[in-house]
Amino acid sequence: MPTGIPIQIDGITKRFGDVTAVSDLSFTVEPGRVTGFLGPNGAGKTTTLRMLLGLVEPTAGNATFGGVRYRDLPSPLTTVGAALEAASFHPGRSARDHLLVYARAAGLDRGRIAATLQKVGLTGYADRRVGGYSMGMRQRLGLAFTLLGDPGVLVLDEPINGLDPEGIKWIRLFLRELAAEGRTILVSSHLLSEVQQSVDEIVIIAKGRLVHRGTLASLEAGDHVSVLVDSPERDALGEALRSAGLEFDRVRSGLVVHGTEAAQIGHIAFIAGVELSTLQRQRSGLEDAFLSLVGEADSL
Amino acid sequence: MNRILAGVNAEFTKFFTTRMWWVLALVLFGYVALLSGGLGALFGAISTGAIPARSGNIPHFGSLAPLVYSFASSVGYVFPVLLGALATTGEFRHQTLTPTFLANPRRGEVLSAKTLSSLVMGGGYGIVALAASVGAGALALSLIGIDARLGDIATWALFGRAVIAMALWAVIGVGLGVLVPNQAAVIVIILAFTQFVEPLLRLAGALSEATGSVARFLPGAASDSLVGSSFFTVSTPGGSMLDWWQGGLVLLGYAVVLIIGGWATTWRRDIT
Repeated sequence: MPTGIPIQIDGITKRFGDVTAVSDLSFTVEPGRVTGFLGPNGAGKTTTLRMLLGLVEPTAGNATFGGVRYRDLPSPLTTVGAALEAASFHPGRSARDHLLVYARAAGLDRGRIAATLQKVGLTGYADRRVGGYSMGMRQRLGLAFTLLGDPGVLVLDEPINGLDPEGIKWIRLFLRELAAEGRTILVSSHLLSEVQQSVDEIVIIAKGRLVHRGTLASLEAGDHVSVLVDSPERDALGEALRSAGLEFDRVRSGLVVHGTEAAQIGHIAFIAGVELSTLQRQRSGLEDAFLSLVGEADSL
Repeated sequence: MNRILAGVNAEFTKFFTTRMWWVLALVLFGYVALLSGGLGALFGAISTGAIPARSGNIPHFGSLAPLVYSFASSVGYVFPVLLGALATTGEFRHQTLTPTFLANPRRGEVLSAKTLSSLVMGGGYGIVALAASVGAGALALSLIGIDARLGDIATWALFGRAVIAMALWAVIGVGLGVLVPNQAAVIVIILAFTQFVEPLLRLAGALSEATGSVARFLPGAASDSLVGSSFFTVSTPGGSMLDWWQGGLVLLGYAVVLIIGGWATTWRRDIT
């Protein structure tokens, strides 16, 4: 059974000319659970992962697997499995041969090829050229590559991109299973909703900086909750909310109140004798919290 | 060392799991066979007087057999260059450098493995090209009644040197591919240089003693010196040549400089 190793990102910074892609980012990813690495497109997720994997040289800081840089790992593929963008294949080579190339480069047992193809469900397509693969099949081949050395750490960049609903369900179960075996799993995504059913921990970055770190539940803390409320007498409602000390924004469909639950707003309106026409908790609290975290960073 | 051998093994797997290697080898074979057979027959017919030369005096081809056999490298050398260059630029183009460097993050070892495997592939292309030039050339010469000199030890020494030249050309291709990772650009550079620029420079070199002493250090001229005979040296008499071992060292020098230059520039860059 492979053992998970923590991923340690320590004050890592990357500048491309004048552009700072990642700025003094630090976090740790623990074994035995799935950690979501979230942020909007261009937040610096892929650059961070590529620095972790020794493909991009950091301007400052360190990214290691239990203290060892990727380049110094004695046997990289049996320690870490990584899938970056889904297009890293020669279109004229079959999936089986693709895996054969890297199994040979890393000195792995050839039997692992059939085993990983089986595990990701590509056995029936393994001898076709990758050029004819769908996006979902490429994602699966990328995953097969990560599993080639049966590593204790998996680093997956946007693995859900391009999968159909069945594929998404499959990968969720798959990640859970791998984490349950004690592996360290880091999965990036630009959509919280895409991974919220499969992750335990989250790391959120925006503009190359860390904006949130914690369990998935930690995102639901009260101050991110908002409620949409409306009344035929909108001004009177606003007055009542203000005198109760609540902050709100005016939108076309009513007032958006922050930091409280719907029940309390209903109570305030009832006491003030204001009729309500809408009283609605805003969509997913998680998604809102995510967007507000990311948005706050935008205005910095 | 084990990692480099594993890397060489992986690089051979890369060559043999796509169609490029045999398509290039097939074209190389056909091209060299056509020229060796066709020109072998033509030169043979002229030197035996079967076809009268224009001015009445018979041109001097030296020994015809080595000349015809040397077409393997003197016209075939562009194929190992292309093979080596495509092996490298393909990694950039298809973004397979990512899994390649994930499987072995020690990039110097990967480049060494690429160089060694291409050296062997280039030598293999040398054998393919010789099979074509000797097969078609010896047949044409024999039909005309000229000694094919296949029992001659010097002929076999030429074969050996042609294989070495082709092997070095493949390494030059790898070096060019690392230095210019853009696949389309490197193909244009290779074809333009080998088919137009260098022949013109060598022609200019043949015009005077001074230019000739510089032109013999051109890669194609060095390669012809290494092999010891070529259509070019016959068609531009007066062009001075290096000794065969000097030519070999010059060609090796080009390969080493290009590989080191590529390693120092694009090979160590961020893979984004």
